[in-house]
Order: sequence, then structure tokens, then C-alpha cells
Amino acid sequence: MTGTLFEQLWSDHRAGTRADGRDLIYMDRHVAHELHSPRAFARLRETGRKVRRPDLTYQALDHSVSTFRPAGDTGAESPFIVAARAGCEEFGVHVFDVGDPEHGISHVVGPELGLTTPGSSYACPDSHACTVGALGVLAFGVGTSELEHVFATQVLALKPLKTMRVFFLGTPAEGVTAKDLILKAISVAGADGGRGHAVEYAGPAIEALGMEGRMTICNMAIEMGARTGLIAPDETTIEWLAGRPLAPQGFDWDSAADWWRTLKSSPDAAYDKEVVVDCEGMETQISWGTDPSQVVGASQRVPDPADAEPARKEAMARALSYMDLKPGTPLSEIAIDRVFIGSCTNSRLSDLEEAATVLRGHKVAEGVKAVVTPGSSQVKRDAEARGLDKVFKEAGFFWGESACSMCAGGMGDAADPGDRCISTTNRNFENRQGPGVRTHLASPANVAASAVTGRITSARKLLAGD
Amino acid sequence: MKVFTRLTGMAAPLLQNDVNTDQISPVAGHGVDTDYSNTLFYRQRYDSDDNEIADFVLNLPQFKAAQILITGDNFGCGSSRESAVWSLAGYGIRCVIALSFADIFRENCLRNGVLPVVLPADQHRALALKVAEIDGAEPFTADLEAQKIVTPDKLEFPFDIAAAERDSLLRGLDDIGVSLEHEDEIAAWEHSMAERRPWLQTAARPR
Ligand code: SF4
Repeated sequence: MTGTLFEQLWSDHRAGTRADGRDLIYMDRHVAHELHSPRAFARLRETGRKVRRPDLTYQALDHSVSTFRPAGDTGAESPFIVAARAGCEEFGVHVFDVGDPEHGISHVVGPELGLTTPGSSYACPDSHACTVGALGVLAFGVGTSELEHVFATQVLALKPLKTMRVFFLGTPAEGVTAKDLILKAISVAGADGGRGHAVEYAGPAIEALGMEGRMTICNMAIEMGARTGLIAPDETTIEWLAGRPLAPQGFDWDSAADWWRTLKSSPDAAYDKEVVVDCEGMETQISWGTDPSQVVGASQRVPDPADAEPARKEAMARALSYMDLKPGTPLSEIAIDRVFIGSCTNSRLSDLEEAATVLRGHKVAEGVKAVVTPGSSQVKRDAEARGLDKVFKEAGFFWGESACSMCAGGMGDAADPGDRCISTTNRNFENRQGPGVRTHLASPANVAASAVTGRITSARKLLAGD
Repeated sequence: MKVFTRLTGMAAPLLQNDVNTDQISPVAGHGVDTDYSNTLFYRQRYDSDDNEIADFVLNLPQFKAAQILITGDNFGCGSSRESAVWSLAGYGIRCVIALSFADIFRENCLRNGVLPVVLPADQHRALALKVAEIDGAEPFTADLEAQKIVTPDKLEFPFDIAAAERDSLLRGLDDIGVSLEHEDEIAAWEHSMAERRPWLQTAARPR
């Protein structure tokens, strides 16, 4: 096939074109979540419309359920959950309910069940829908009106996007993870570098990643402003999907896998924009500011606005003031109060393993509160089967239930005002993890290492014993 | 959808880049039936005891009733929450002027009768200076029919918007209704996909 993978999938899913020039892009799978669906269901009622394909539609309950809940708590007190359940009952939509074996964060559960497969399309009323692009899926994060639109029509009415490739060149230093690669890429491309574009991630460093790391990469496409991100499927993808309960089975699996192997950008495909991230020898990355492009290497110092280009100075100064940091401070001297491992960025099994490897035999530093929440109940079961829960608990972590938790600071799952938190999440925005909370984004390994020392610490340094 | 034709009101400056939707509409202020008239920029407008923060632009007396906001680059980045647009509209701001908008936020504006205006850098700078100079003393006009922003002293700043988007805002079109006119094509696509890749048209249910 010709063109970029994104263009191929776009034309494959175009069911029509409206008079206003918007293409109707069919959504093969649609997972709603409870902060949006109640209003969209209410609008369907008002307009007398139905969910066109309830059989292709699912409901996640992830944003408004506490991960600190006692086992057996079904989130019955959340008005969002009550309203979402009622809408699903009325319109015939399957719920991944709290307490179900398939419960979890929408973007974690979809791939894990094999619901989202290469070459398919996916919509979710959450900007991190792009996570699923890691499987070679055309994935769109949408608002409430667009959610209602997909409910009623099974298509999105979209203006064509431009294409962009982020190419990772070279081999990073040992211990560098997917999170480090994507933080670096955002710092290179900028928080709005991908606006109006669909980003394809490529290069040897991407091919070397497992499926879960690739999801971490695509998860943060939105943090460079891109509408979506994707990675061409390969044998890693196909192996990872094999045997997943909702993936195609038998004869369908064989014909699907044959087709998946053909899904790639043609060698002569042209991208509207290209960003090269030189990661030869790159060290692990940590954010110092209040947008995900404000990132430096863990051995570096907090940058000085005086050295920055004029357009950046003011935002840097504002970020430093919110973060209560002085230019020139080595990152390794910044003390932290909180630690969070979780969210759709880094809460899959390999993320928890990465953190547990660092934590084994260590304790969380005095005065630091540490929380880890698996991204789904499946991840929780798998982690417990491997004894990871014990590693976390023995180190002094709180081992929570699956959901969004401290990523968005909902349901009281927030840090205390003014706390400094090192977190595996995707947004270091002001007040994101609670009023006045200062967030540093990092990989699970680095978050775990920082928990042990009580300061921002790279896992490599901790494990090397210095 | 609410029609947008022409709006005359005070213009307030929030000249920052990358204003995200967490700022515009913090999640802690959300309920299923939230009235979004008072949730806009909640954490910047109010301190932790819910007292007004005096120097935030929308708390300055001359901008309390602002209906137009001028801001910087990449406005509305971050979360896809549509409440960011609802809280702007709920507050009374139905026109935002920026150097650029984040993609999902802009889509949400178009579906809620809020006009996103993008100006080129030189025009944007000139208008921002004008907004600062007028300082809420007199109203500006956002005229979608004529595609221009008009200052109190009658300076005009023309802007581009796709004809279809302009038309949709002017008529307050029901976007879903427009797509549903293509129901036959959608059904035909489903039929063809059921043949070509049957696993995509039949999603299994867990358990
Ligand atoms: S974990 Fe965070 S980023 Fe992911 S879906 Fe939940 S709130 Fe959004």
C-alpha cells in the first residue's frame, strides 16, 4: 500500500464525506468513560436517538472511582457511575464494571482484552485514547459532543490531519525506558509540536520496545499536541495479542495476522513534518516544570530562563515559581513528599515490574507517602501472582485498586496541597494532582528510586549504589 | 446548537501560551449536572478557601463581565474535557482569540457555539495591545458574518475560518443530524467491512 500508515488507515475507514469536507471515519471500537457518557446519553434521550452499534460500544468506569477503595466497594456512591450505568442499561452498552475482572482504565483494558487490534479504529472521550495507537490503531480522543456523535452514528466527522514522523535515532544508555524516550521527544518537539498532526513513531529504539513500552510512547502523543499517535504493527504486536480473549480467533486470527503484517508506511511515504530525536547515549529524563516539554536529563540542573530563547522565558519563570524551584539546582537535590506509580501511561505489568526491581530490599524514605495503582484488575491479578504487591507493600507503598487515581486528582485520590510528587503520569500541569501540588514526571524505575532516597533519583544511580 | 452571529462585549487578556483544559475547568469542580457558570479557571480565580484572587484577570472589576478572551499559543491543550468550553460559555465568554488552539478543544468549541479566532502573529500582537489599552472600558465586537474583530475605535481585524465551520456556527447546525444524512453510506461501509474483515464488525462480549 502507498502513503503513510495513518493515511492508509484513514482511507480504509472513510465511510463518506460530508458537504462541509469532513470525512466520516468509522469507529470499529468505542469505549466511553463515565465523566462524559452521562451527558451524551442524556442528549440521545432528548433527541430521540439511539446508540447505533451498542455491540461495538463499551463503558469504562475509571475516572471517578477511588483507587483507595476497600475491596468489594463498587463505586455506588459516584453520581457519574450511577448515571453511566443507567445509560448503558438503557442503550444496551456493556460495562466494564467496578469489581469485574475486566475493570480498569479504558486505554489499559482495551488492548489487554484484545478489543483493539492493528488496523482498526478506536474512539474514547479521553485525550489519551492515542495510547492504543501503539498497536497500529487509528485512535481518537474526543469530547462529549463527539462521543455523542459516535454513539449515534458510529463515525467521527473529521477534517483530514497532517502527518508527522518522530524518528528515534541511535541507542540510548542502559536503563533508559519508553517513558524517557517520549519525555525527550516532547522536549524536542515542544508541547504543541504535533498540533494538527497524526504522529507516527519509528526508529530502532521503538522497534526494540515491547508492546507496553510502545503504549507509553503513544500515550503521550497528546502531550506534544498531536491528535493521535501510532506505531506500525510487527511481530512484537502480533505475539502480544495472541490469545487475548476478545482478539479474533481461529480462521479470523490467521487472516487478521496476514493483513496486520502488511500494515506499514510505504518506504517512499512523505510526512508533512519530521522530527528526529537523537537518543544516542541519552540518559533518563525527568520533568522540572509545568508542561511535559519542560524536561531535562536526571543528572542535569534546573534550567535558567535567562539562558532560554525569549519566547520561552516567561513560561519558564512561571513554571519555576509554581514548582518552587531555583535555576541551577541539581535535580538530584530536590526533595519529594509523594510518589505515585500508575495511570494509563505507566501502570501495566512491565511498569510495575520495572519499579519493583528497583524497590526490592529497599524502603520508602521517611516522611514520603508512596502509592501504586495497577491500570486494570487484570494487571493487579498478574502482579499479585508474581508477588509484586508484596515487594511494594514491604517497601512501604500503598497497593491500590485499578483506576485513574492520582493522575487526575479525582475522588480524593490527590496529594496534599503544596506537596512535591514524582509521578509516572503524563501531565505535570498546575494543580493536576491536587491544589498546589508540584508534579515531576518520570519513569516507574526513577519514581521507585526517588521513593527510596526521598529525592529525585535515577534508578541507575541507586542501583549502582551511589 | 446555539447560533453565533455577532457578539459585542468586553475583551479580557490572558496572554499566556499553552493554557490547558485542567486550568480552564479543574476536574474537582465537576458533577453530573454541574452548572458550569462558575467553574471557569476555578483554581486561578479562587484560593483554597474559595476567596477571589484579586489580581486574576477575570476578577478585575473591568473584566468581570468579559465575553471575549484573548490568549496566546496552543490554547486548550491537554484533556479532552468539553467542560472547558462549557465553563467558558457558562461564564459568558463565547469568543476566544488566540495564536493557535489545541485540536480537540477547537472541535469542542465548534460544537458548542463558541467562536475560536486565530490571528497571525502581527495582527494578534496589535489586537492584544489594543485590548490592554482599552482595559475593559469599552466593548469589542466579534462579527462572524463579516469575519472580523472590531475594536471600540473601529479598527478591524479580519480573520479566516473555514466556510463550513462559519456556516455551522451561524446556523447553529446539529452536527449529528448532518452526519446522519449519510446513514446509507455508513451502512454500506459496515456491509463491506463485514465481508472483508468480519472480526471488526462482530465484537465479542467478555464472559
Ligand atoms: S489515567 Fe489519567 S490520563 Fe489516563 S485516562 Fe485516567 S485520568 Fe486520563
